[in-house]
Amino acid sequence: MLHAAPVFLPLLGAIVAGLFGRFIGDRGAQLVTCGAMVLAALTGAFVFVDVALMGHARTIEIAAWIVSGSFDVTWSVRLDTLSASMIGMVTLVSCMIHIYSCGYMAHDNSIPRFMAYLSLFTFFMLMLVSADNFVQLFFGWEGVGLASYLLIGFWYQRPSANAAAIKAFVVNRVGDFGFALGVFGVFMIYDSVGFDAVFAATPGKVGTTFNFLGWQVDTLTTICLLLFVGAMGKSAQLGLHTWLPDAMEGPTPVSALIHAATMVTAGVFMVCRLSPMFEYAPTALAVVTVVGASTAFFAATVGLTQFDIKRVIAYSTCSQLGYMFFAAGVSAYSAAMFHLITHAFFKALLFLGAGSVIHAMSDEQDMRKMGGIWKLIPVTYALMWIGNLALAGVPPFAGFFSKDIILEAAYAAHSGVGVYAFTLGTAAALMTAFYSWRLLFLTFHGEPRADHHTMEHVHESPQIMLAPLYVLAAGAIVSGFLLYGLFVGDGRAAFWGTSLFVLPDHDTVEHAHHVPLWVKLLPTLAGLTGIAGAYMFYVSNPEMPGRMIEAFRPIHQFLFNKWYFDELYERLFVRPAFWIGRSLWKGGDGAIIDGLGPDGIAATTINLAKRAGRLQTGYVYHYAFAMLIGVVILASFYLYQMGR
Amino acid sequence: MSGWPLLSLVTFLPLVGAGIILLTRGSPELVARNARNIALWTSLITFVLSLALWTGFDPDVSDFQFVEKARWIPAFGITYHMGVDGISMFFVLLSTLLTPICVLASWEAIETRVKEYMISFLVLETLMVGTFSALDFVLFYVFFEGVLIPMFLIIGVWGGPRRVYSAFKFFLYTLTGSVLMLLAILAIFFQTGTTDVPTLMLSHLPSTMQKWLWLAFFASFAVKVPMWPVHTWLPDAHVEAPTAGSVILAGVLLKMGAYGFLRFSVPMLPEATAYFTPLIYTLSVVAVIYTSLVALAQEDMKKLIAYSSVAHMGFVTIGIFALNTQAVTGALYQMLSHGIVSAALFLCVGVVYDREHSREISHYGGLVDRMPIYAFVFMVFTMASVGLPGTSGFVGEFLVLTGAFQASTWVATLAATGVILGAAYMLYLYRRVVFGKLEKDHLKDILDLSWREVAVFAPLVVLAIWMGVYPTSFTRPMHASVVNLVTKYETAAVPHSSAIAAARR
Repeated sequence: MLHAAPVFLPLLGAIVAGLFGRFIGDRGAQLVTCGAMVLAALTGAFVFVDVALMGHARTIEIAAWIVSGSFDVTWSVRLDTLSASMIGMVTLVSCMIHIYSCGYMAHDNSIPRFMAYLSLFTFFMLMLVSADNFVQLFFGWEGVGLASYLLIGFWYQRPSANAAAIKAFVVNRVGDFGFALGVFGVFMIYDSVGFDAVFAATPGKVGTTFNFLGWQVDTLTTICLLLFVGAMGKSAQLGLHTWLPDAMEGPTPVSALIHAATMVTAGVFMVCRLSPMFEYAPTALAVVTVVGASTAFFAATVGLTQFDIKRVIAYSTCSQLGYMFFAAGVSAYSAAMFHLITHAFFKALLFLGAGSVIHAMSDEQDMRKMGGIWKLIPVTYALMWIGNLALAGVPPFAGFFSKDIILEAAYAAHSGVGVYAFTLGTAAALMTAFYSWRLLFLTFHGEPRADHHTMEHVHESPQIMLAPLYVLAAGAIVSGFLLYGLFVGDGRAAFWGTSLFVLPDHDTVEHAHHVPLWVKLLPTLAGLTGIAGAYMFYVSNPEMPGRMIEAFRPIHQFLFNKWYFDELYERLFVRPAFWIGRSLWKGGDGAIIDGLGPDGIAATTINLAKRAGRLQTGYVYHYAFAMLIGVVILASFYLYQMGR
Repeated sequence: MSGWPLLSLVTFLPLVGAGIILLTRGSPELVARNARNIALWTSLITFVLSLALWTGFDPDVSDFQFVEKARWIPAFGITYHMGVDGISMFFVLLSTLLTPICVLASWEAIETRVKEYMISFLVLETLMVGTFSALDFVLFYVFFEGVLIPMFLIIGVWGGPRRVYSAFKFFLYTLTGSVLMLLAILAIFFQTGTTDVPTLMLSHLPSTMQKWLWLAFFASFAVKVPMWPVHTWLPDAHVEAPTAGSVILAGVLLKMGAYGFLRFSVPMLPEATAYFTPLIYTLSVVAVIYTSLVALAQEDMKKLIAYSSVAHMGFVTIGIFALNTQAVTGALYQMLSHGIVSAALFLCVGVVYDREHSREISHYGGLVDRMPIYAFVFMVFTMASVGLPGTSGFVGEFLVLTGAFQASTWVATLAATGVILGAAYMLYLYRRVVFGKLEKDHLKDILDLSWREVAVFAPLVVLAIWMGVYPTSFTRPMHASVVNLVTKYETAAVPHSSAIAAARR
């Protein structure tokens, strides 16, 4: 009972605040949802200690869900180290963000709705991580998508927010299309959709093939890749990433919770959860590595050029997710999970810090209109430093540990894709540090660029917003070295138990501990170089960025416009879909089906009737002539018949 | 309850109510009020009675239950034979559930000829229940075709400006198909000497004849479903029909075609079914993608939902003909879910139509400001329509596609694209109607749902979520009959399909 509590407490909060918000009021909704989340965080911590640290893994079956023959799905809470780590992190971060929202959203006029959505999201996320089968995973998966849709479009009066919400949902649906096909494939091959049964049978499926769309394809590779398409959508990987930057239309706490710390990491979690399948599908793993590394690099390049403070952090998230994926791709699942957890702390911190800045700047998000405010909001400033130090991987902050082990593992994989990932990952590390400090310098330093009116109102956020930031900052500082030993160090085998699976000859995390010294130093060095570069660009020579943009205008345009993905998709999919829809409607249904079918027949009938009417002229000789022709035809017909 | 002719009671009680309404006399207001009340109470009592079909249903039995048999036209061996199994039982309940909801939804919307309107609905209920429980071909045909008459009147009398065109289109389209079905029934009678459905399920018809009969049934059922390309009557009929008419049309009438496939085509003509499965697959996949794209381009709310119905029914026909346990269960479930969800969506349109007398999407925008409860209800059904897990729409769609994937990866993959398009057109609709700024002057004091409207929607919301979270309540009674259907089909059609496979090799 206690073990399932962290999953269902947020649902309780969501229902009470959502359905009875108008009766209990703003304060009541805040108390109920935050209260439920505090309890969830406490029980979540208990679950983490009991299951992950003490090793009491278990699965709680709650009820039957969909049962049809051998398709047998139950509602359940699967608790092993993997899910317990996620539950601990999600409940803690979500709890902090609930509390922060009480301050951040204080002036909004639909607080109960907001709190209900946040709690609902948390529930779906927890259902996702505690799933014991593919279908419940899918339930959580689409559920967080719904919550994300509702929260991105929370300010529904804004057309841009509505567009971003739909985009997020539909692009995720494209990913889910792959995911669903993967699940259908799993059921076809394994005759089950439960994790345990599927994992147990996987070794026996190595090398088998099945017919997919007319081709005989390798079973495990195909299924893993289909499922990975889902992960790409949810985790905004290259190709399906376009929704994430737009998702920043949502209120900032949403960006912190959903689009940084938790939901977008679901794809990484999925690959780790399915490690017993991916391990036997080396081709799929290679694809995961390449996609992850490419995304890490791509998003970092775009992050260099953006001016919206939240978009910079969004691209940074996209890029960091790429790190997690290529870690998983080289079988360093534990490193991926490690980065997932540390990233949750420092990225939530960064987003909420950015929220604090936006709050202080009277809802301004453009960094070109900021600057020179560090003395006015010193606490936020310090917190942003901590977040960025962790993100850039400066020791001893959390990101240092997790990013290092990922790059080392990629190097240690000694494969082509591993080298690819290591190279792009290191380059991305440099850029990450650069854009992080660019953000710091543009936002806090230099001459104030905001108008007089805004500058007068710059104020530090209230304690209710700062307190959660302290907790997250503490996590961004200590989670790295506290968890290192358990997640990727010597204790990892005992810690993860059977929740992650790595083939003996894929143990890159072990090899990562024995890479040459330069490999260990390189990421930190790259980070420091990036910071120094940003200092040169934005503090010592503030004219430099402008000149660089002039000098490399085409490249800058290409990056600034996010490699033109949005434009491409608009032309390739969105407009054609509407155009085809319209022409099928007017042409297909209207002209062809109705035209030849009912309307055509009706028209022809009327037409014939009219012509028949015209024939009846009333002149006797007309009729006589017609009769004569008839007689001739009849007679010739008979003669012809007789002659045969 | 044993010993009671429960099924007949449920079937004909509405007719009794209709008779009582017919006898009411007095001032027009009084007659209208009495007609409404009698219709509501009759349909509510019918619904409560029909619940006994569910509670008394033995889920372990695949045979027909609550069977009643009486001589009717002995000269031709035609009997009054009624009964339900796991396939038909929930459709009876769907009909009895939606009728009181329709009566309630028409409470204020219908002001002219209220008496005749209520009579039409009660007669319609009798015919719908009869269709789903008739076990004699002739009896079935009478109910099945009879449904057309009240529906024709509902559209043609209480419909919109182009009601006459739509009513005729609806009538002619469906009647054309039905004539062929009548011929098929005659042919079966002359071949086997009986019209008793359970008996026919056990008899074997010659292969060539099966194909012709199958095509004749197909002509009738495909129009009813409706399948592409004979679907164009549906958007017109929906647009012109009054709200409650659309509810019944989408909720129950569309299910009759698919039910016909399951009840007659598959068990009686298994070899022809196997033979024509690729045809069904093709038409269904085209329906899913084609109508989803068309829905994307709609400017009229009802048309949009009508096209989405065609797409959703495409999943149903795929499920029926994929013919494994998951796919058929999924198809049945999708039908029930669609019965609830599309009915509710049409009611959602009805709510704003009653206030504004416009179905144009561009007439609205920003309704959530003034109508938060409406926005919530509409959101629930939008999500159920796009098949969000946890709502009824997901279970059916996912089971159908799971089953279809086993039968053909092509079909499942292409049909699954409909899930993406479905999200696009529904969310786009919702955004244009409910979200955005409330800028239009005529919407400035639009009212949120009244208590009566809340009462209309509440049971549907509960059902949409119940069916999504705990579908076992519904799939359990279906299971035995579905397994029985699939097993019998496999035994009967296997020699045929393996012959095809051999020929292909």
